[in-house]
Amino acid sequence: MVTLKINDQEVKVAEGTTVLEAAKQLGVNIPTLCNHPDLCVAGNCRVCVVEQKGARTLIAACAMPVSEGMDIHTNSLKVRNARKHIVELLLSEHRADCTKCYKNQKCELQTLANEYSFGEHIFLDLVEDHAYNIDRSSPSFLKDDSKCIRCQRCVRTCAQLQHVSAIAVANKGAHMKISSFHDRPMSHVVCTNCGQCVNRCPTGALTEKTYIDQVWDAIYDPDKHVVVQTAPAVRVALGEDLGYDPGERVTGKMVTALRQLGFDSVLDTDFTADLTIIEEGTELLTRLKKVLVEKDKNTALPMFTSCSPGWIKFIEHKYPHMLPNLSTCKSPQQMFGALAKTFYAQKRNIDPAKIVSVSIMPCTAKKYEADRPEMRSSGYKDIDFVLTTRELAVMIKQAGIDFRTLEPARYDSIMGSSTGAAVIFGATGGVMEAALRTAYELVTGKPVPFTNLNITPVRGMEGVKEATVKIEGTTEEWRFLEGAELKVAIAHGLVNANKVAKAVSTGKASYHFIEIMACPGGCIGGGGQPIPTNVEIRKKRMEAIYSEDMHMDLRKSHENPEVVAIYKEFLEKPNGHKSHELLHTHYIERESY
Amino acid sequence: MYHTGNLVKELAEKHGRKRESLMPILQDIVKKYNYLTDESMVEVATELDISAAEVYGTASFYTFLDTQERGKNVIRVCKTITCSMKGKNDIISTIEDILKIRVGETTPDKMFTLLETNCIGWCHKAPAMLINDMPYTDLTPETVIDVIKGYMRK
Repeated sequence: MVTLKINDQEVKVAEGTTVLEAAKQLGVNIPTLCNHPDLCVAGNCRVCVVEQKGARTLIAACAMPVSEGMDIHTNSLKVRNARKHIVELLLSEHRADCTKCYKNQKCELQTLANEYSFGEHIFLDLVEDHAYNIDRSSPSFLKDDSKCIRCQRCVRTCAQLQHVSAIAVANKGAHMKISSFHDRPMSHVVCTNCGQCVNRCPTGALTEKTYIDQVWDAIYDPDKHVVVQTAPAVRVALGEDLGYDPGERVTGKMVTALRQLGFDSVLDTDFTADLTIIEEGTELLTRLKKVLVEKDKNTALPMFTSCSPGWIKFIEHKYPHMLPNLSTCKSPQQMFGALAKTFYAQKRNIDPAKIVSVSIMPCTAKKYEADRPEMRSSGYKDIDFVLTTRELAVMIKQAGIDFRTLEPARYDSIMGSSTGAAVIFGATGGVMEAALRTAYELVTGKPVPFTNLNITPVRGMEGVKEATVKIEGTTEEWRFLEGAELKVAIAHGLVNANKVAKAVSTGKASYHFIEIMACPGGCIGGGGQPIPTNVEIRKKRMEAIYSEDMHMDLRKSHENPEVVAIYKEFLEKPNGHKSHELLHTHYIERESY
Repeated sequence: MYHTGNLVKELAEKHGRKRESLMPILQDIVKKYNYLTDESMVEVATELDISAAEVYGTASFYTFLDTQERGKNVIRVCKTITCSMKGKNDIISTIEDILKIRVGETTPDKMFTLLETNCIGWCHKAPAMLINDMPYTDLTPETVIDVIKGYMRK
């Protein structure tokens, strides 16, 4: 242990603790900007400078480990003056069009400016002298260099959490910028559109591309029938943007709010999550049969899940030779989109051309996914607009809805019923658990051998999880699987996905089924979720997801009555002709930069 | 434009495939071809298993690791204060006249690129310039013509 003084208060902390962390233990707030709890120390913005008695210069609290007898002052005149100048210097390179900015009142630089640098600016505004451009090429996000303060949170996010490094620091001095490969448009590089950088950008330099106005236009258009679907992870995080603590489940209130916003039908992505399990589970069992019984050399195992569009783009760029290992199932969002303009349109007797299909997602990559040219199997653009959790919160505020006082309501039908297996899709391990609940029962006629159906080995925040499920007591049809040990793996965050993909690619690991989610913690930690994010917040959202599951009447996808009905009335059978037409897709090899 | 063929692979064998091998590999490519093509940067990224944006980030930091097409002979006239005071502008306009290009440009025959550079450490013999790795000092408009003509004959 190390003893030091911060603002004349003594504190004992473990060796290796930073001054910033030590101060936090005392309840002393040191402002930060480039620092982020998910990322390595950078120490480049200098906002957190503090005075160490006896040291010649001010030190960066985020980067300085404590040492015995340190005498730190966080609020001396020298510190205050330096901090003011640092914030002013950052502002001098920041295009501060705050009232027009998407991040207005959600900008960390603005908050600092509010605290330390109001009134006349003391340094020249350098932004107008710079040629800057706004990269609007991605359907998921904008990159506006004129608002970038080069804290490099995005660069660290892309490298450390996602192993993508679509962006890096380029040039030097006054010309230094965050750049893709040779400054190419973000739509033409290895970027997965996961939005983790957007979630961590302290300013308006990286923001989601918003479609709020387009959705309002559709809602107010009397000729349009606007359906909305909500992803599982949205209901456990939306509250954070509307004044609730992390981990609050707001499903019922959200449904009421969506109705009040004017959507014609409020439906649930969880319905197609259940459908995904039937399709994907069937696909897995079919692949196993082909490989184990028919010895078919053209069938690829292990099978990777395909729900996460960030992961899809990652594997298309980085491991194109493993595309046959991807499940051909579309994500629940896209299955929903394809069915909304076919099955739903027929049942409700609505011209599909008049349906506007909106989805609320914890994700920015979903905006990209909806834009993929193959996602038009209904004959129309299957999903018209994707909004993030954050954008929905904005709409609720714009409409003047007092969210706290709303009466909870239930989803509409059809395509609104779901099970607990679908809601856990929002957390890492959830798709695996849902798939196992159904596949095991399909093969053996008995529920998975875990208390309360909770398959705990696949849950939790570990980067890569592995589990083995022994299949016993198979029915006649699945006798070839008797005694087989199904080996599964789960990875979340592309840095972990890369580890698993590499191990599979080099033959170092043998699994049958692998679940990958591109974002840390799964969709609950998605790039479209409320800001800020850190591991504690993600854990709370995850607990909320599993609690939502426990509160559902049905907890196995194949028991969803609407899923049973849609096969009877429309799809005929899992992996059948109609399924392949509407619910399955293909993938594209992409460049390595 | 050029194609690196097996060069990047050979350089990766020579210097290794760790992150710290990046600089020597890029330097050796530039030694041979004068600049880095996008294709060569992507190849380096693949060999070292890092992202192409990282390779570009490193290359773009260093003035002498060009990522724009350059001629066979790269002229870098020192623009720092001593050379400026000792007549750098006359040197530049002389070169511009003789090569019919402006600073930053390359001749259509790809023989010469004209650039300015920060201090190259020849202040005591200003004005100075580099052509490729060779320094030329105490320049006057007359001597610079001879130097350039010498390269034209090569």
